[in-house]
Amino acid sequence: MYDNMQIALDVSAVTKQFVKAKGLRWPWKRKNDDGRKPVVAIDNVSFTVRRGEVFGILGPNGSGKSTLVRCIATLLLPDQGEIVVFGHNVMQEEMAVKRLINRVSVEASFFKKLTPMENLLYGARLYGMEAQDSRKQILAILDRLGLKKEDVYRPMEEMSRGMQQKVAIARAFLTQPILLLLDEPTTGLDPRSKREVQAFVEELRDRHDATILLTTHDMQEADSLCNRVAILDEGRIVALDTPAGLKAQVGRSNGHEVTLEDVFMELTGKQLHREEEAA
Amino acid sequence: MAQLIREIRASYAFVERNFNLVRRYWGWELVWLAYSIASTLSITYIGAGMEAITGVQVDSNYLILYLLIGTMVWRFLAIVFDNISEMIAWERWEDTIEYTFMAPITRFTQMMGQTVFAVIYSLIFTAVILGVVALFFHLDLRNANLVGAAAMLLVGSLSFIGLGIVASVLPLLFPERGAQMTNVIQAVFLLISGVYYPIEVLPAWMQPLARLSPATFVLEGMRATILNGAPTASLWPYMWPLLVAGIVAVPIGLWVFRLGERYAKRTGKLKRNG
Repeated sequence: MYDNMQIALDVSAVTKQFVKAKGLRWPWKRKNDDGRKPVVAIDNVSFTVRRGEVFGILGPNGSGKSTLVRCIATLLLPDQGEIVVFGHNVMQEEMAVKRLINRVSVEASFFKKLTPMENLLYGARLYGMEAQDSRKQILAILDRLGLKKEDVYRPMEEMSRGMQQKVAIARAFLTQPILLLLDEPTTGLDPRSKREVQAFVEELRDRHDATILLTTHDMQEADSLCNRVAILDEGRIVALDTPAGLKAQVGRSNGHEVTLEDVFMELTGKQLHREEEAA
Repeated sequence: MAQLIREIRASYAFVERNFNLVRRYWGWELVWLAYSIASTLSITYIGAGMEAITGVQVDSNYLILYLLIGTMVWRFLAIVFDNISEMIAWERWEDTIEYTFMAPITRFTQMMGQTVFAVIYSLIFTAVILGVVALFFHLDLRNANLVGAAAMLLVGSLSFIGLGIVASVLPLLFPERGAQMTNVIQAVFLLISGVYYPIEVLPAWMQPLARLSPATFVLEGMRATILNGAPTASLWPYMWPLLVAGIVAVPIGLWVFRLGERYAKRTGKLKRNG
């Protein structure tokens, strides 16, 4: 199905580890002691995403999803491996990559005293957009996302998390990225807000030339939105297939139809079982 | 040309955003302004009270103007320094740093925007303080060379912009204590630069350090123009060290910041958590 489509994102053998301090240490005692231990956040991860595809990444907390998204978004430098976005290497052609991408994270991350209009206009100017056109686009996008006009001109801090997250999606969409990184965009939202955000992602997928990388904890969301899904556990990809393909790997479960949640528990829960057995 | 327009728009984004923030945090601005006015008046009244303190006849007007120049120039330079050096700390506090760093702009463009805002904001803030303080004292500026004083201030701010850029790397490298470290740098400059006293009163070992501070030259030049009416052409001995400091400090600041940014992206310090 995807063979003739252009490669939007090529992640090749990417590894990222952090050195974390173990407790408080005086700076002069840090050398040659065991106070700092490396933690592997991403371990030799490889996959490709085709243009127009919605590619999902599922994984438990701390599995490396956000670290991977940050590496693609030029916010972290991988220790090893290569990330290429539409032919541009993330480490060598950072500015070219930045022009092609945008990101929505689990935290809305705005200047809280400023209004959505002020925050989004700031974002638009950073991407070299003209103010007058940007204002019109901001109003149109926020209207599409269900924000009332009066909400556009009141401080972000007075808004619910769901509304803030919609503004975050508008900020990313405003710059018309051809690779959109959605890092748990619906986590913590009420069902209605979650559904509205998911509908907007569906619209992006169906009507606009956007490739989407989506990380989520919501199995139904991944099942309904994603063309393919990778499951990340302890920094490694443990499975990668279409949602149907992943379900087929697990087979029937307790008499009910297999869901992505069954797949997730099967693939990421094994280790827990091993640890319990070892204990 | 299109690229230049993009960069100018991106620089303006920081100017507009910061003035919007000033507008929204107006209560804090008012508190800071009241504090600054009270602080400036307190220091300047030391000059007015010197005769009463010592019992010796002194030229109080000269002393008042001497201290006022010190406090106003320091206020101006410190605000420029603060606004540039704390830009990372602000973004961390608002949790917007990753979005700003993900935008397709150069650090030079970001610094330009932040610098333009810092100079305009500092000029307005200092002018308001001066306006209020002028109501309390009879300031005799008949002999002052105000054009020369303005030139000294602008050239001096160039070097403080460079120092601010260098210092702004500290909150990038040290998320928890970087902002406090910039205050230490500022305090050292306040001590050694002769803000409220001639540098000759400092211990002998400290005086060469005073000559390394751009603020020393700004203050000496400002006092020469306002207290003694020194013509602009005679300010060159004060100006060239400031120009050299500015020309050297700004590119070094950008270079240091680039190294700091790379280190933060390698070690995951761009964002404190997550």
